[in-house]
Amino acid sequence: MRTLNKLAQGALAAAMGLAFSASALAADITGAGATFPYAVYTKWAEAYQAATGNKVNYQGIGSSGGVKQIKAKTVDFGGTDAPVKEADLDAAKLVQVPTVMGGVTIVMNVPGIDSGKLKLDGVTAANIFRGAITKWNDPAIAKLNPGVTLPNLAITVSHRSDGSGTTYAFTHYLAKQSMAFMREVGAGNTVNWPANGVGGKGNPGVAANVQKIKGAIGYVDIADAMKNKMDFVALKNRSGNYIVPDQAAVADAAAGADFKVRGMAPDLLDQSHKNAWPITTATYILAYEKGTDAVKQKGVVDFFTWSLNNGQKMAADLGFVALPPNVVKMVEAEMKNIK
Amino acid sequence: MSEPSASAGIDLHAQQVRRFRLQDRIFHYSTQFFAFVVLAALVGILVSLTLEAWPTLKTFGPAFLWTNIWSVPDDQYGALAAIYGTVVTSVLALLIAVPISFGIALFLTETCPVWLRRPLGTAIELLAGIPSIVYGIWGLFVFAPLFAEYVQPPLQALLGDVPVIGGWFSGPPIGVGILAASIVLALMVIPFIASVMRDVFETVPHVLKESAYGIGCTTWEVVRNVVLPYTRVGVIGGIMLGLGRALGETMAVTFVIGNANRINGSLFAPGTSIASTLANEFGEADPGLHIASLFALGLVLFVITFVVLAISRWLISRSMGSEGL
Repeated sequence: MRTLNKLAQGALAAAMGLAFSASALAADITGAGATFPYAVYTKWAEAYQAATGNKVNYQGIGSSGGVKQIKAKTVDFGGTDAPVKEADLDAAKLVQVPTVMGGVTIVMNVPGIDSGKLKLDGVTAANIFRGAITKWNDPAIAKLNPGVTLPNLAITVSHRSDGSGTTYAFTHYLAKQSMAFMREVGAGNTVNWPANGVGGKGNPGVAANVQKIKGAIGYVDIADAMKNKMDFVALKNRSGNYIVPDQAAVADAAAGADFKVRGMAPDLLDQSHKNAWPITTATYILAYEKGTDAVKQKGVVDFFTWSLNNGQKMAADLGFVALPPNVVKMVEAEMKNIK
Repeated sequence: MSEPSASAGIDLHAQQVRRFRLQDRIFHYSTQFFAFVVLAALVGILVSLTLEAWPTLKTFGPAFLWTNIWSVPDDQYGALAAIYGTVVTSVLALLIAVPISFGIALFLTETCPVWLRRPLGTAIELLAGIPSIVYGIWGLFVFAPLFAEYVQPPLQALLGDVPVIGGWFSGPPIGVGILAASIVLALMVIPFIASVMRDVFETVPHVLKESAYGIGCTTWEVVRNVVLPYTRVGVIGGIMLGLGRALGETMAVTFVIGNANRINGSLFAPGTSIASTLANEFGEADPGLHIASLFALGLVLFVITFVVLAISRWLISRSMGSEGL
């Protein structure tokens, strides 16, 4: 009986606490969507709450979920890696702005070859990932790597098994390099990988497969690759330089892109700046032009304005790349449309 | 003078009976309601799966079942690769798990020293309680690399040149794949099958076994001629329980099967199962045929599990009939 009483008291206290917090912090905002920026949004939300007392909840439910949820008006902002097209933005009266950038990198596990010592160009990478090149000592790879001893080892293509924005960006890049890749594999969240492919769930799944399977090649986002200390491939960019991805290379890709388009989603893939990392992506948020709750709409704008101006280092620490200052100005201007 | 009191007593009695009857009826209807809730849930799941899967069923027809293509970019879907992976991994898992479980159960009930029985039995039950995601993580990070390093190359060297069988062990030894998934699944179902087998073996009356020993039977003869015939039904039930779990297992399989939507003759090659395809693709599935096809896959799994259960029921009822139990 005593425990029952205690339980009842606890429940009552919890219920009162809930009711209390709900009324005290009416400006709490909720977002949901892409999993890729989850870490940085959470970090920003924590710091933002410490600085201003306002709470932001973000749930990583996937990009298509983020678009669905904002259209259903169940959240105050949606997150997506694949930008929503202009026509759809107009039809749904949504504002879309980029928040943070990242890159997808090609990682490998080839015994005897160190990180950054293997060079690939876009076409060769596409041929490897469509299963046309199946051995590491293939002449096409050897031609790009004079002086490197390539083993006679089968290539295992490690890819995402779950639908993913990382796959979306990576396959779009490869499809730009090779018509054959576009035809056979396709470009999108989920595609038709070749017969020597192995699927892993999430970036950690792909990373684990690449690290455990000798002869594997795969793609993960830069943050995960760095965290797992994986071996990078140096990829030839549009201006002919071989780039090992880092934050500067990603930032350089953004510097050459024109963000002055509706939805602020220029194609960041294969940019021609000198040191641009070819597989650069941004992640976006979506909010309604005219929301039902003005306080929450302002909450969304305030949170991202604060984060873009104060959160660069937090983003960098997590392996993301902050938007360049001129782009931040443009995002702030665009967010004025969120009312 | 005693008459009125007697009639009052009868009245009282009748009242009591009526009350009991009402209680019984309420009890009957409420329990019946609970039982029917299960039935309603079953039918509801079946109906909603069919409704959601309808676009796929309409577009591809029954050919969905035997078409070997799963292409999201082309919007073409067929379930064959997933069905193949589900059935092959489950059957292989049973081929590995049944003999081992049988051995475990026999050891525990027939030849195990008494002091070891409890700790060993508890350990097996604990194994059954481990969440499947733990098996998956262990399978991917620990088992698959060891498997690729120390098991696959010798297997290939030993059997690679044998006709027919050699093809099962071809391809690069990468660890994850159909065979790795089968072995992890086997580990997961062993505790289920073994503990059911142990429990049914323990139901064999001592008199029967003692008499068999009395006429000079060896332990093996007792097991073959007394224990097994007596417990056939329970043993089949235990195996079917294991099969049911293997067919529907999701996370552990997703981690180690390699997730490739195709059929490859080699057991070393990556494959896919119905449950793992669902786990992988549901989160970011495109609305339209993709989602509908995933629901159709769910429906197929539902039907397969249902058929397996029905067969096991039938086997059990048949063998119970022939035993006269």
